[in-house]
Amino acid sequence: MLALFLRDIRLSIRAGGGALTGVIFFLAVIATIPFGVGPDLNLLARIGPAILWIGALLACLLGLDRLFQADREDGSLDLLVLGNDRQMLALTVLTKCLAHWAGSVLPLVIAAPLLGLFMNMEPIGIGATALTLLVGTPAITFIGAAGAAVAVALPRGGLLISVLVLPLTIPVLIFGVSASYGAVANPDPFLQPFLILAALTLFLAVLGPVAAALALRHGTD
Amino acid sequence: MRLIAENLGGERGGEAVFSGINFALEKGQALIVTGPNGAGKSTLLRVIAGLLPVAAGRLLIEGGGEDFPSVASACHYLGHQNAMKTALSVAENLRFWRDFSGADFLSAEEALETVGLDGIGHLPFGYLSTGQRRRAAIAKLLVSRRPLWLLDEPTAGLDKASEERFARLMTEHCGEGGIIIAATHLPLGLEGAKALVMGEAV
Repeated sequence: MLALFLRDIRLSIRAGGGALTGVIFFLAVIATIPFGVGPDLNLLARIGPAILWIGALLACLLGLDRLFQADREDGSLDLLVLGNDRQMLALTVLTKCLAHWAGSVLPLVIAAPLLGLFMNMEPIGIGATALTLLVGTPAITFIGAAGAAVAVALPRGGLLISVLVLPLTIPVLIFGVSASYGAVANPDPFLQPFLILAALTLFLAVLGPVAAALALRHGTD
Repeated sequence: MRLIAENLGGERGGEAVFSGINFALEKGQALIVTGPNGAGKSTLLRVIAGLLPVAAGRLLIEGGGEDFPSVASACHYLGHQNAMKTALSVAENLRFWRDFSGADFLSAEEALETVGLDGIGHLPFGYLSTGQRRRAAIAKLLVSRRPLWLLDEPTAGLDKASEERFARLMTEHCGEGGIIIAATHLPLGLEGAKALVMGEAV
């Protein structure tokens, strides 16, 4: 499993891996918002966490279609599926998700505090948003894996995956944003939505890979 | 170990590709599957590997013990694609499959030497020619131990010397009690192999 994790990490940072695509997309979205909204600093600070979350969510979806498709194209996916008896397929999927998260999504979380400055957010708000992104984005990857597994055989599955996955990520978005607001706006709680967000991630860490493994087993042709 | 197919049928997209395939292979035996394009050779191999469901009849493996309870766990499947990443070096690719597949056999360097690719393990897989890629994929069969080899056009793109080397490898594998099922158009140079011609009886 460690071998698979290291392989996928290596692939994502080498040429054509696309680890930076998401970050650049994230940067582009966040950098254009202040121009569109106008120089109202209070407004920017208020919508900041939500915009960061939406930008990160969309950037997460961007690279998901390659999660299994690259392996399918060169035949590796067949062998990964055949390895089911030794390395349970759901665990293989979980490992691939973690590698994908570490390679393509973690850079977004690291870039988020910097982009938070663009939105005139307070330091504590920036910290809270980065923390909720750190805890919440794995959930998006796990749901996305199920979508990617369903659409693996389709040559232009990227958009389909986004459409399939987006509705399912809404709870993650809601609790992520409400926890971020809870840290700055005083009467709102931070801990409760944050814990629900963590629970969502843990729950989907089980459900997503199992569903994706099922889809992959029946999707080979 | 025995691999038995009884009245095996396979389908793709709901349409029957072949039916009524029977064979029984003891350890040390090889089966060469031939037939015209579209006769269902690749589908047969994928059905045996378990990548496609068995549409009719049955397929069983006996005497695999705890290590190889199912066909999928006992087989190496070498398909049309080489299952190697072009961005990684040849040795990295092989080391990954060795770690992932378990049941270590040869090291990546030894396996490369066996297929005559010593000294290029550090090159990215994408730099290799078609024949070299195929040989690297054959080296993948050697890095972990599996009794059953399912080979789909294994010698496509290989030169004469490599074909002979591969024939020796297959003979050795059978000699050690392995089973080979190969779908091919080219003679593989395997002596004493059973033959299965598809697309005629159906």
